[in-house]
Amino acid sequence: MQKRKIKVGIIGTGNIGCDLLVKVQRSRFLECGIFTGQREESSGLKFAKKLGVKTSFSSISEIETNSELCQIVFDATNAKSHAIHAPLLKKLGKFTIDMTPSNIGKMCIPVINMAECLQEFNVNMISCGGQDTTPIACAIMSVHPDTKYIEIVSHIASKSAGIGTRDNIDEYTQTTSDGIKIFTKVPKAKAIIILNPAEPPIMMHNTVFAQIEKPNIKLLKYRIDSVVKDIRKYVLGYRLTLGPIYENGRLTIMNEVEGRGDYLPKYAGNLDIINSAAIEVAEAYARRTLRL
Amino acid sequence: MNDIKIVDSTLRDGSHAIRHQFDVKTIRAYATGAEEAGIPILVVGHGNGLGASSLQLGFSKLPDVRMLSIARSVLKRTKLAAFLIPGFGTIKNDLNPAINIGLDTLMVASHCTEANITRQHIEYGVSKNLEVYGVLMMSHMLDAKRLVQQAKLMQSYGASAVILMDSAGAYLPEDVTIKIKLLINELKIDVGFHAHNNLGMTIANSLAAVEAGAKIIDTTSRGLGAGAGNCQLEVIVAVLMRKGYKLDLDLFKLMDNSEKITAKIMKKPQEISAISLTSGLAGVFSGFAPHARMAAKRFGVDARDILVELGRRKIVAGQEDIIVDIAANLKQKKSAIERENPIEALI
Repeated sequence: MQKRKIKVGIIGTGNIGCDLLVKVQRSRFLECGIFTGQREESSGLKFAKKLGVKTSFSSISEIETNSELCQIVFDATNAKSHAIHAPLLKKLGKFTIDMTPSNIGKMCIPVINMAECLQEFNVNMISCGGQDTTPIACAIMSVHPDTKYIEIVSHIASKSAGIGTRDNIDEYTQTTSDGIKIFTKVPKAKAIIILNPAEPPIMMHNTVFAQIEKPNIKLLKYRIDSVVKDIRKYVLGYRLTLGPIYENGRLTIMNEVEGRGDYLPKYAGNLDIINSAAIEVAEAYARRTLRL
Repeated sequence: MNDIKIVDSTLRDGSHAIRHQFDVKTIRAYATGAEEAGIPILVVGHGNGLGASSLQLGFSKLPDVRMLSIARSVLKRTKLAAFLIPGFGTIKNDLNPAINIGLDTLMVASHCTEANITRQHIEYGVSKNLEVYGVLMMSHMLDAKRLVQQAKLMQSYGASAVILMDSAGAYLPEDVTIKIKLLINELKIDVGFHAHNNLGMTIANSLAAVEAGAKIIDTTSRGLGAGAGNCQLEVIVAVLMRKGYKLDLDLFKLMDNSEKITAKIMKKPQEISAISLTSGLAGVFSGFAPHARMAAKRFGVDARDILVELGRRKIVAGQEDIIVDIAANLKQKKSAIERENPIEALI
């Protein structure tokens, strides 16, 4: 069993940052070198301190001053801040995993393009909806390359959407649909995100629609099941709930994601899917660095 | 000068009644009629706003930009408005193209508890010198005090008015009075009301809003809209005039628009069906009705059961895909009951 771990830094102490921290602490290959935010009194910093993690409220400056604190940086701030952080982190030579929908680095979905992403210095995790639905969209396109239009709808519990997500809802929507177009090459894509205030909070669930003329349901089901199996390797709570079904020229697939309940309760599958994907990338990078 | 600003959403919310199939001719004719009648603001686009034309909600016949440019070409005094729900439309794909056409007013809407998702789009609209209104949808679900908190967020982003939307048609006049009064006391900006007719209360509720101090009433010609329909433009105008409010509108022209344009495209009169009534009682979004009807037919269950379940689960507008899920579940339950209690055994 290997002992050495790769140090990561987490910038941003909201829901995403705190949930990442819990996942890093569970990792065999990663440890948290610094957890840094802006407000000393933020509940996220208090949470990290309780876990015995080194914290700071100087945000990215802490990493600029003490570069040895981490090799990998998760930026869990917001799209605007990441635009400022990205060049600084590049200069510091940090492998950067951008959790915001800034669309600056290479878009990364582990089951699709992990190997390419490890050659980059900055990868973008798109959005929770993008992580969830893009692999399904790719499976559809692999069976029906002539598909003209794909649409995804992500429902997330209001309680799991922090202020970062809300302040970036435009980038979130745009980057998710851009991501589907880039990965699948479908001519037209649309992403819809709905924050659901229902109590008790709803589990994150997603719908993928595609306009197809004569769908090969058998092959679609086979390809979708196989990609779901791959996603479930790192997102344990990911499961199909409906489909593929076909009606009125519309193919429909639904899934839901039960979170692991790390930082927020199990309904927050949206945190799990994007954070588990990010950890998957960080661990692959760490294993390569550790020559494992 | 108008005492009350009448917003005409016929070419936006009205499109639910015809599955978003407004064509070039209708848009041109209606916008021309609205201009001639002196309508201050005409809202145009997909029924759920910019960028909402989708498989989830139904495609509109024409893209939003096309609809907006047709209206733009005939509007002079009447302001051209668009509606946007963050999470559907984006600045790049939808809002900027609309601004380039010459949009005057933007209405940015969210579910009544989620006003902080409207920040980006309200601030962006204000930065582009648009008149921006915030809209709180499904507002019957929240008490007056918490509505004020949400409305204050929209005010802080730069909205020049906040409109309470009774998406479910669930308000009674006394609810309107309490909520509008508190909003007016607590906000520096104008307050408006957007009614739906599930309980047959649109005119009474809109009048209650005005008497409580609302300055904006959102309406559609002939009440055109989802389910039981909206507040009927020409009727509320007549009622307000009768009440002595000054409105710089040509009432007969509004009636003509209703008879000669809106009536012609209506598939059926805007009546209160059992389903609309049930959705008003259950407090669910009016736009769910056709989806519930379709799912009920497909799975052989009662649409009213679907609506009651939607209300129980507090499903919000934009979650139309859940309807199929609920219908499938109801069918499963139904067949389980039938298996356990076969009809022969009951005789």
